[in-house]
Amino acid sequence: MRIYQCHFCSSPVYPGHGIMFVRNDAKEFRFCRSKCHKAFKQRRNPRKLKWTKAFRKAAGKELAVDSTLTFAQRRNVPVRYNRELVATTLKAMARIEEIRQKRERAFYKNRMRGNKERDFLRDKKLVESNPELLRVREIEIANAMAKEQAREEADAMESMDEDEEEMEIDSEEEEEEQKQKIMLKNRKRNSKKIAF
Amino acid sequence: MQLSWKDIPTVPPANDLLDIVLNRTQRKTPTVIRPGFNITRIRAFYMRKVRFTGEGFVEKFDDLLKGFPNINDIHPFHRDLMDTLYEKNHYKISLAAIFRAKSLVEQVSRDYVRLLKFGQSLFQCKQLKRAALGRMATIVKKLKDPLNYLEQVRQHLGRLPSIDPNTRTLLICGYPNVGKSSFLRCITKADVEVQPYAFTTKSLYVGHFDYKYLRFQAIDTPGILDRPTEEMNNIEMQSIYAIAHLRSCVLYFMDLSEQCGFTVEAQVKLFHSIKPLFANKSVMVVINKTDIIAPEDLDEERAKMLQSVRDTPGVEVMATSCQLEENVMEVRNQACEKLLASRIENKLKSQARINNVLNKIHVSQPQARDDIKREPFIPDQFKQQKKYDPEDPERRMLARDIEAENGGAGVFNVNLKNKYLLEDDDWKNDVMPEIMDGKNVYDFLDPEIAAKLQALEEEEEKLENEGFYNSDEEENFGGFEGEEIDDIREKAQWIRDRQKKMIKEARNRKSLKNKAIMPRSKISKSFGDMERHMSTLGHELTTLQDKQRAQASKNRYVESGADVVFGGAEAASATNANGGKLRQSDRLLDGVADGSQRSKAERLAKLQRRERNRNARAGEADRHETASLPKHLFSGKRGNGKTDFR
Repeated sequence: MRIYQCHFCSSPVYPGHGIMFVRNDAKEFRFCRSKCHKAFKQRRNPRKLKWTKAFRKAAGKELAVDSTLTFAQRRNVPVRYNRELVATTLKAMARIEEIRQKRERAFYKNRMRGNKERDFLRDKKLVESNPELLRVREIEIANAMAKEQAREEADAMESMDEDEEEMEIDSEEEEEEQKQKIMLKNRKRNSKKIAF
Repeated sequence: MQLSWKDIPTVPPANDLLDIVLNRTQRKTPTVIRPGFNITRIRAFYMRKVRFTGEGFVEKFDDLLKGFPNINDIHPFHRDLMDTLYEKNHYKISLAAIFRAKSLVEQVSRDYVRLLKFGQSLFQCKQLKRAALGRMATIVKKLKDPLNYLEQVRQHLGRLPSIDPNTRTLLICGYPNVGKSSFLRCITKADVEVQPYAFTTKSLYVGHFDYKYLRFQAIDTPGILDRPTEEMNNIEMQSIYAIAHLRSCVLYFMDLSEQCGFTVEAQVKLFHSIKPLFANKSVMVVINKTDIIAPEDLDEERAKMLQSVRDTPGVEVMATSCQLEENVMEVRNQACEKLLASRIENKLKSQARINNVLNKIHVSQPQARDDIKREPFIPDQFKQQKKYDPEDPERRMLARDIEAENGGAGVFNVNLKNKYLLEDDDWKNDVMPEIMDGKNVYDFLDPEIAAKLQALEEEEEKLENEGFYNSDEEENFGGFEGEEIDDIREKAQWIRDRQKKMIKEARNRKSLKNKAIMPRSKISKSFGDMERHMSTLGHELTTLQDKQRAQASKNRYVESGADVVFGGAEAASATNANGGKLRQSDRLLDGVADGSQRSKAERLAKLQRRERNRNARAGEADRHETASLPKHLFSGKRGNGKTDFR
């Protein structure tokens, strides 16, 4: 049993997964899923599709040349079983993987270096070139703050009034109804449209 | 070498040959010629005729000459046979006559073509052609006898049995009427005529049979009488030639009962007289008709004569009866055996063939390089090994014993891992890990992995010392500090969001998306909207608000009496969006000066409508929908032109 590599996207193909195509010159093509198989059948070039490992390696997005990557290799020379050798191999595999991850991290960091500064400069330029929008923003913030303040004040008032209000609920309700009627009448008058 | 001549083309009689060739000339060459033609054309016309006829004859003669075998090139047996049957000289002369005729015809055609080149007129040319064809015809007519003879030869040759002189052959000979043909009938499927009189068989007959998966041919010959060969007739000569030329096993048939009409003495005498022909051949004497008299029952005198035959070296005597089919197969098999043995002997005698094989074989004999004796080596272990004995308790353990100990066949399973050749026997039953952390262990398995890993570790250490992994966080932000940076980022983000929103709004405004377009002038904006908008843009509004308030107080709407009176009418009349009247005229009143004119116009319109209404016909004002697909434009076959031209 062995884990094969997808011919198209280079992801591992575990036993019982994927599909294999054998061309009439006996070359085997293994695919991890139907997506890769279909892409292959459509004669897509894996180097030109961004989601494949081939693209990422070719475009310099991933660690492609490194000494840790030279360990795994399909050798067609049979090696006789040796317990010590296998033990050292297993240990070495773990260690190699560790180093590889470390290097990959370093690679990524190196690749992303300078991005933050570039972003900042872009932001700065944008801010400098749009002063009128910034004014709008200030007003917005001021309005929002005023509203907040008003609400806070109202909350404070309500909490103060609560004790008194409970006593007079019934009488006040009647009064309010009368007030509203008068207000509605007045509003009609006032709401004549004004053309300008 | 050719053995049968069944496909010689038929030989036409002289007259037929003439007809064929001349007819062909007539058919295959042009026939129309006129005296007015160019003389070169006339000459060419006749030259062609002459040449074509000549070639036709030559072709026919060639076919004949090619078809008949050259009597000197064929096997001596066939040659002698043909000589006796067709008279060699006659045959040769006939073929020679044809050959001569061929060359004569060629010559005639050549001469006359040459003469025709100087022909002066159509008539002259025609006469030359006639002369040429006439001479050719004469030559061919003279061939009448040879052609007839050759036709007969052809027919006879075609019917000759195909005798292969070189294969395995049994030759049956003897006096007439001794039972040769009956024997052939017995051993092969050949349907030979058997009759109770002498010379029933007048020519050679061939039958085939298989023995030991080999094909044999058996040849039945006509009977021979005991007389000098010069006196023998054609029929007898055939058998003599067969005996003389064919490499075969000769079966000499004898009839002791003398029912054939010849005495035993005569038969024995014949045997002795044709004995010289049996040189280099295996010979058997077959005594036939044992159902009438067996060789043991013969009287002394005759037995003695028979004994003289028996004494001849290389002769075997067997008895059979074709009537009862007794002993027939034994005779046949014995003869075949004898024949095969002699053939193999002959083959061995011919040195060339053996040398062919011997040349390819070489057995090397190494020469002794010193005096040391080199015995085959057998290890001591095997010399001392005890012989295996299943009863012995200290016998060697076999795989079978192990199987029996562990539950017997079907239960015990051989552990193949025990056969592994590993450095340590303890490892035999280890399980080799195949996959670890999504990787194939076998891809990493390498005898030098420890050294490689060591190298990697060193490299790693070096990188670490060089500061490859140090994180350099200090990014250059042009002298800005933490909070400032955050502020700028926040602002930039807000600006981006805002711009996006604005773009979206603008697009929404512009896009139609199945909406009716409102004219700008009809979209009303309230003062409040404007106020809000201005405030969001950060404009000071107090002066504007003051102005508006002042104006509002001045133009305050006061409800008057007219409002009460025209309230309903005002509501019904068309008003524009701002509440003002629309400037629209009533079309009923357009174009008429006063009420009298208007009533007159109405009357006329009614009159016009009346007839139409009476007939219930559609008028111009009636609602009418035209068909979206006018039938006459969109149906039927399309002719020339585009669809636009319909």
